[in-house]
Amino acid sequence: MPENIKVNVHHVTRVEGHGNIVVDVRDGTLEKCELQIVETPRFFEAMLRGRPYQQASHITSRICGICAVGHATASLRATERALQVQLSEQTKLLRRLAFHGEILDSHILHVYMLVAPDFLGVGSVIPLATSHPDIVKRALRMKKFSGDLCQTIVGRHTHPIAMTVGGFTHFATVQELVELRERAEALIADVDATVELFGTLPWPAFERETEFIALVQPDDYGLIDGKIGSSDGYELELDDYRQVTNERLAPHSTAKHAAFNRDSYMVGALARYNLKHQHLSPRAKAAAAHLGLSAPCYRPYLNSAAQVVEIVHCIDDVIQVLDTLIERGIEREDPAPVTLSPHARGVGACDVPRGILFHEYQIGEDGLIEEANCVIPTGQNLANIDRDMRALVPSILTEPEEQITLKLEMLVRAYDPCISCSTHFLNVEFTGK
Amino acid sequence: MSAKPKIAFFDFTSCEGCQLTVIDALQTHLGLLDLVEIVQFREAMSEKGQNYQIAFVEGSCTRKSDEARLLAIREQASAVVALGACAHLGGVNSMKNRWPIENVQTYVYGQNGKDAYESYPARPISAVIKVDAVIPGCPIDRHEFLRVVQMMLQGRTPRLPDYPLCVECKLRENACLNTLGILCLGPITRAGCEAICPSYGDGCEGCRGWHPEANFDYMREILRGHGLSDHEIDARFTMFNHYQMEQMSGHAPLSEAVAPVTDTSLPTSSFAAPKED
Repeated sequence: MPENIKVNVHHVTRVEGHGNIVVDVRDGTLEKCELQIVETPRFFEAMLRGRPYQQASHITSRICGICAVGHATASLRATERALQVQLSEQTKLLRRLAFHGEILDSHILHVYMLVAPDFLGVGSVIPLATSHPDIVKRALRMKKFSGDLCQTIVGRHTHPIAMTVGGFTHFATVQELVELRERAEALIADVDATVELFGTLPWPAFERETEFIALVQPDDYGLIDGKIGSSDGYELELDDYRQVTNERLAPHSTAKHAAFNRDSYMVGALARYNLKHQHLSPRAKAAAAHLGLSAPCYRPYLNSAAQVVEIVHCIDDVIQVLDTLIERGIEREDPAPVTLSPHARGVGACDVPRGILFHEYQIGEDGLIEEANCVIPTGQNLANIDRDMRALVPSILTEPEEQITLKLEMLVRAYDPCISCSTHFLNVEFTGK
Repeated sequence: MSAKPKIAFFDFTSCEGCQLTVIDALQTHLGLLDLVEIVQFREAMSEKGQNYQIAFVEGSCTRKSDEARLLAIREQASAVVALGACAHLGGVNSMKNRWPIENVQTYVYGQNGKDAYESYPARPISAVIKVDAVIPGCPIDRHEFLRVVQMMLQGRTPRLPDYPLCVECKLRENACLNTLGILCLGPITRAGCEAICPSYGDGCEGCRGWHPEANFDYMREILRGHGLSDHEIDARFTMFNHYQMEQMSGHAPLSEAVAPVTDTSLPTSSFAAPKED
């Protein structure tokens, strides 16, 4: 084993936001192994104070360009639960479509443009446009569909316009939905080809048992609302989310840890797969089998494979929801009414591409936000990423440094970290120095 | 050596949604890659070329260390383009400017963590370096991005519309939202997005900045007509334009309106801050 190894990846590329990986091995001992977050802080929770509740979802969608619909949805659910808003069936169905549009867009971006280049030995998707034009064109076709789905329902993906407290300010026509339905159906060949492609990739075998957290619903792979489920056998109400996320400043360190039953947990596609794979569509289940997934799966690199499974599931669900809406017809409903009361609190949660997301607001009788808290999936994953890196590094120390670096970068990337989302965690120093 | 102009993308404090919009623009205009060489785009590629002529900068300047990075980009690039509202205006990031910085740091990170991150009031990048062109919006419009790139490649200077959003909204034959009881800042906002938000039934929030002749007093009258208090009106004016409103008036908008939150000595266990052992 080499005595001294130093890996220092400044600004990990092909992730959203700024992070550094630092590994320091001295005299054969792992001294330091950490993902440092160097993103600038943004202070969204502080900024929401004193703002009219109507602005909250449009402000918080700006937390993240990739999960804009997810933040808007969690924000609206927090406001709506605080202000006792009852949503119509149509509103729920339309939100589900926009939400799937974002899951598809984000997962396709991640697996094709950020992950695939590692396996095809290139630095980005750009050379693939020449070497593998069919793959790139397929990814762009699928991304175009998901973007157009969001555009039809809410105006655009980044940042959604027509979602508002209690409903929508714009309604797609049935004709537009029929056209989307046809395009979704035509996309199934591309989805199948995606499963084929990612079925051929040599995912690293590394595994480490951990706790998985996701939103759970009794008989649905639902991604909006529900309860907080844990693979360690717990189920909590959304209002109790702080018991799960447990954000805490550890003594003698600036690290902020999220930990529930163990010292870390994982959220995201793999967590959802492990907790609710039984509710996937039949084709998504077949895709999981083809990709070598079986629950419980403790291989973090396979989070990207679980994202491919969710691409299949979301397309199937989009078709089903579109069928329902086409059958029902679209009504131009006014947003459902709000009830203002003193210091009203509400928690909103949804399972966005990178995992479970919580927003909590306290809203005054004057309609102004008094308090706000947002807990972001990437923040919840950081402690788990660190523990994975510490488990992985000793087993690959004999490999060349660039190989170690690549494997660590690929590990971080597998979590699909969305660092600019993380308004809410501190400089990550995982070492106990 | 390639003769294609080299372009690079940089991000400061932002959601990176404008760079995502650039990636989206490639969906329909993959041919752009034949005209330019992208030498740096951290969100999408591993390579980090230092030799570029056009720099697209997303995000606001929100800390001292951002200034050196911006100056280095300015030093290298023959043209700097501000990409989106954060770089152009300060954008949503500047909403925090209504409090002393210690207040927001303590609220989010707690007493023990408030000094862990460097931060100061958010500013547009033009407050630090000379900017040659602006692509406004939150996020940018992909067609406007392509149009500006095209003009720059032809050696022309992109210009922004200097009239209000209402002009474009009328051209789209939208009913005026302000007359329908929906708040819209279209009358004071610079056109160029083809009134996308009003076209989806939601009022303009001013993400492109104000047009040169904006009549704020009359806009206030319209919003008072909707039943808004002065505080609520200021909250609307400052979602993207806090920095501009502060520059215009010489003091931070909203600062007196909500007395309790201007207090910098927040309790150690505030709503958003982590637990402290």
